[in-house]
Formats: sequence, C-alpha cells, structure tokens
Amino acid sequence: MQLIHPVQVQIRLNALRDQDVFIHLEMTSGAYAAHNDSSKHPSATFITNARIRYAHGSIEGAGPYRVGLKTENGWVYSEGLTHWDENDTERLILAGHDAQGKLVVALQLSRQPF
Amino acid sequence: MANNILVILPHPDDEAFGLSGTLAKSIREGARVTYACLTLGEMGRNMGVPPFANRVTLPRFRKLELEESCRTIGIQDLRLMGYHDKTIEFEDKDKLDARILELLEEVRPGTVYTFYPGYAVHPDHDATGAAVIRTIARLAQERRPIVRCIAFSKNREEAIGLPDVKVDVRPFLKQKLGSIQAHRSQFQIPKLSPTELEDRFGTESFYTYKFS
Ligand SMILES: [Zn+2]
Repeated sequence: MQLIHPVQVQIRLNALRDQDVFIHLEMTSGAYAAHNDSSKHPSATFITNARIRYAHGSIEGAGPYRVGLKTENGWVYSEGLTHWDENDTERLILAGHDAQGKLVVALQLSRQPF
Repeated sequence: MANNILVILPHPDDEAFGLSGTLAKSIREGARVTYACLTLGEMGRNMGVPPFANRVTLPRFRKLELEESCRTIGIQDLRLMGYHDKTIEFEDKDKLDARILELLEEVRPGTVYTFYPGYAVHPDHDATGAAVIRTIARLAQERRPIVRCIAFSKNREEAIGLPDVKVDVRPFLKQKLGSIQAHRSQFQIPKLSPTELEDRFGTESFYTYKFS
C-alpha cells in the first residue's frame, strides 16, 4: 500500500462511474479497543460485495482524505483514507490506517466480486 | 434590497451559536431574513439525551427543531435545500453554484452570512462557504452583497487575522438561547448565571470577505 495520490485516485473513480461495481466498505475500532482502553466503545461494521452504481464520485481533503460517491438514491461516504494500492489497476483499494499502522477504514471498488 | 439578508449554512443548528443574536437584532431593525439550510443534519451523532431519535427519525426531529429556532429568532423565510449531510463537498460545483445564484437573484440581499471557507472546521461548512464565495465572486463588483463569514478553526487568527465585525447581542440573548434550546436533539444548555451566559453568548463575530 502507498500513500494516497488524490489525482490518480480521482482518475480511477471516474473510470468506475456509471456501471455496476462491487463495493467493500468497512470501519472498525478493533476488537480490543475496550480491552486496551475501557473508555473506548468497540465497534465495527462492514458490507462486502454489495452492488452499487454511482454517477459522480470524488476524493476531497488534504489527507487523510474523504471520498463521496453519489448513487441514484443516496450516497457512499468514507472519511480517514490514507493509503491505496497503486499496483492494482483493475480495482480501487483505499484504506485508512492509524498512527500504529492499523486499519481503521476501507473503501474498495471492483467490477468483479472481491 | 439592502434590508434583505440571505443566510446560507449547511446544517440545522449552524445558526444557533454564531449568528442567531445578530439575526434577531437585524430583524428587530427591520430586516427580512431568508435562511437557506442545505441539509437536515441527517448524519449527526447526537440523538438527544437520553436518545430519542434514530438515523431514520433524526432528520424529522431536526427539521422541526430548525423551524422552532427560526420562529424564535423571527426568521421570515426558511428554505430547505435538500442536500444530504456530509456530502456538500462532493456535489457537482456548477449545479450547487447555480442554486445559490438563483437564491441571490431572487432575494437580492444586501448582506449574506455563511462560513469562511477553509476556516470553518467541518467539510460541509467549508464547502458551503466556498460555493457562496465562488458564486458571488462571479457577480459584477457593484452587484455583490456584503459577505460576512463565520470562522472558528484554531488556525484562523494567524491566517486571516481578527474578525472585523463584532455584534453585541446581549439584548437578544432570549432569542439566542431559544434558538440553541430549540435544537434539543443536539444541545443541552449548561446551567449558567445570567452574567456567565452574557460572557459566553453575548458577542457574535464575523469576517467581512474581501474579494480581490
Ligand atoms: Zn454545522
């Protein structure tokens, strides 16, 4: 994974619009969040291989980045993105890692299921 | 019309802390206020204490709270613009600017209030302020209203200095506290003495935007 290059990510977002794509969207505080710090509320959520179609999508901010995808009836939104896989030319793999390098958030788009 | 004020903010409650006293004062002095609120704050995390709203019902509560806040302040014209919370920065800029231009042409305000882009912390605040500034910057100089911006980011004073407009809203604390209290899913006013309330809420500050 490399640090996000917003111009390159925007090009990939444009290439995947107006078609059915599979999405993996995830956020997690880690299963040990409350074990390590009792003030933390452990939480996690993901949806994988849901099919969406967006007409308009962009990456914003100065890093960590935010991505919003406007779908027919709503939105996909993700905040805190720091890294991407620039070598994966078929899919768009975005992730947000905290100061310890742990994954906090992931947004992935692909024409084929993950 | 010099007496018309147009307020453009993204969230119900954005008016409460920074602007409600100034608006109540202007309305007392004869102003007509149109408040265009871009979203219903659908993604807010405060659901009341104890929680009485959920993700589905929150926008309904927040719409009612906003209407009550406007009545308390005396705002004559509330426009719900129908955007979704947290998404203003991703909207098509041309379409967003066109809707703001429509409002400007209809209301013909002497003064516009919005957030100072880049110094308003929440991406929706910055994106709303940026759209307003972009749209007004394209007007001929003599057609531009005065734009007063709310800024509250930590770095604002190094970057843009001190606000040039300070409004004493102590005579309008009743309206201001009423506006804050109207947003009951979002805020609980701390129990403070009248002097503490005046210290905390008695002044509102704005930056007059300088178009180059
Ligand atoms: Zn706000």
